[in-house]
Amino acid sequence: MSQFQLYGMTGVALFGLGMYAVIAHAHLIRKILAINFMGSGIFLVLGAVARRASEGMPDPVPHAMVLTGIVVAVSATAFSLSLTRRIHTETGRSSLPRDGGT
Amino acid sequence: MIWAAGTIMVPLIAACMSLLLRKRGGLWILAGATGGILLAVGGVTNQVWEQGPLRYPLGGWGAPLGIDWYADGLTVLLLLMCAAVMSLTSLYAWSYLSHESHAGANQDGQSMFTHERFWPLWFFLWASLNALFLSADLFNLYVTLELFSLSAAMLMTLGHQPAALMAGMRYLMVSMVGSLMYLLGVAFLYAAYGTLDLAMLSRVITAGSQTWMPMTLMTLGLLLKTGLFPLHIWLPPAHANAPSPVSAILSGLVVKASFYLVLRLWFQVFEPHVSSSAGQFLGMLGAGAIIWGSLQAFRQERLKLLVAYSTVAQLGYLFLLFPLTGTASIAETAWSGGIYHALAHAFAKASMFLAAGNIMLALGHDRINELDGIAQAMPMSLFAFGLGGISLMGLPPSGGFVAKWLLLTAAWDGEFWWWAGILLGGGLLTAGYIFIVLKRAFATPTVHTTIQSIPFTLEFTALTLAVLGILLGLIATLPLTLLHIGNPFPLTLIRGEP
Repeated sequence: MSQFQLYGMTGVALFGLGMYAVIAHAHLIRKILAINFMGSGIFLVLGAVARRASEGMPDPVPHAMVLTGIVVAVSATAFSLSLTRRIHTETGRSSLPRDGGT
Repeated sequence: MIWAAGTIMVPLIAACMSLLLRKRGGLWILAGATGGILLAVGGVTNQVWEQGPLRYPLGGWGAPLGIDWYADGLTVLLLLMCAAVMSLTSLYAWSYLSHESHAGANQDGQSMFTHERFWPLWFFLWASLNALFLSADLFNLYVTLELFSLSAAMLMTLGHQPAALMAGMRYLMVSMVGSLMYLLGVAFLYAAYGTLDLAMLSRVITAGSQTWMPMTLMTLGLLLKTGLFPLHIWLPPAHANAPSPVSAILSGLVVKASFYLVLRLWFQVFEPHVSSSAGQFLGMLGAGAIIWGSLQAFRQERLKLLVAYSTVAQLGYLFLLFPLTGTASIAETAWSGGIYHALAHAFAKASMFLAAGNIMLALGHDRINELDGIAQAMPMSLFAFGLGGISLMGLPPSGGFVAKWLLLTAAWDGEFWWWAGILLGGGLLTAGYIFIVLKRAFATPTVHTTIQSIPFTLEFTALTLAVLGILLGLIATLPLTLLHIGNPFPLTLIRGEP
């Protein structure tokens, strides 16, 4: 298996692990971490996609996508973390109610 | 080009100005921004009407390296819908925020739902919706998806009430998972075809697992964001517990944005390679949404939750167009019907949420069992609710009637009796839960309740939205003609060419 395929499959495996963790874990911080895992998995896949075997120079478009994706993920994570803190301040809880809402 | 750029730049500038100027000149910013956006959207509509579908390369760099904007009839119609609903709801929101007793005080006794925090987010949401409708690049669409999801989640949780915070958190989690699924699909598509532009992709796409895998991922991610049954669990608490103007926009516009993206991808990119069973599957989910959402709406005790479950049900109608477009002779009718339903539902649902918000302000609660006599006290709001309900039921001469008529005609002509049955049955169920509310509202009150008077603007905007929804039924040929520009049928049209 080539190096690039290994990168790609690791990325997809991380994505799957993250998706499982988002659903399975109740604690909000764990969910946020899991979403970041999913994001990192996708960025690994994009890194693998960026190869151009014949010329040797990588394709810059997936790199641009990864950079933009990182920026979006950082802002989304910042907001989720601040929302988690706000939930904890207002209600003392650190996980969502089990029955799907009020 | 300048009109399309204006639809995005004006709300962005307004958002930054609201952030910087805080409370000073707020009404001027609102008036200027609304006027500017309406002008810009009018300009784009005029251009598309005269010249047909238009493609704008951003910055002069075209695809594949740059990002293109593509404006056809569908884009323009949705821009118009967004502009109209957002303008009227902005007016409502201004009055709502200025009204002292909209509650939502946190433990310190101070309300967090203030002008300074609301308007920047509101304009960012507007800008991101406009950008989503215009964009024709897969990755740019991901960015706009995240933008409007984050803005919507922030608006939802602005008031710091526990129920809203929880629902907003759940929405955020679901929304981010959906966006990431979409992004993985984009990564796979790029890996297979080397391009992100929708038009170029539609030319080079071929059948195979490298197409249906990303297609499935992207569709599932977008269905999660749209809240189609059975992925709708997050929707009712999120839409019901948000502040009223935010609920109106969430149900009216935000869920339609991800639906629009599914539509774009299916009909512009994936069209020849979508199997009919995929369309049938989406249709079945839509039918499930109609039945489940309507039945759950019957069970609700709170008005806003009833309206939110009604959204779950009405979203099902949108997905009924997918199985119907498999047959060439009825495809365009079904497609137009589905989109017209999105349009009519936006106005109807926004007006219903605003009316429900008015009732909550006046009574201090929204329990359906205790709404007796509210119709005499607040005739305008109840009239708005009723008109919205007429559109949802599909009674003539509303916009909802035109939409359901188109879908029903398509199902009947294609001899799909079960889809026609679902459409008709859904109308009956909708009538059922609307009449639960109206029966209560028109009943003679047995106990005296104090009803606060609310500003005229709040009731006026709710009624205007509802009347516009009815008007959509009377002038239906105009939007339908607009929709026809650049539509993906007949398939002999060269795909992706302006």
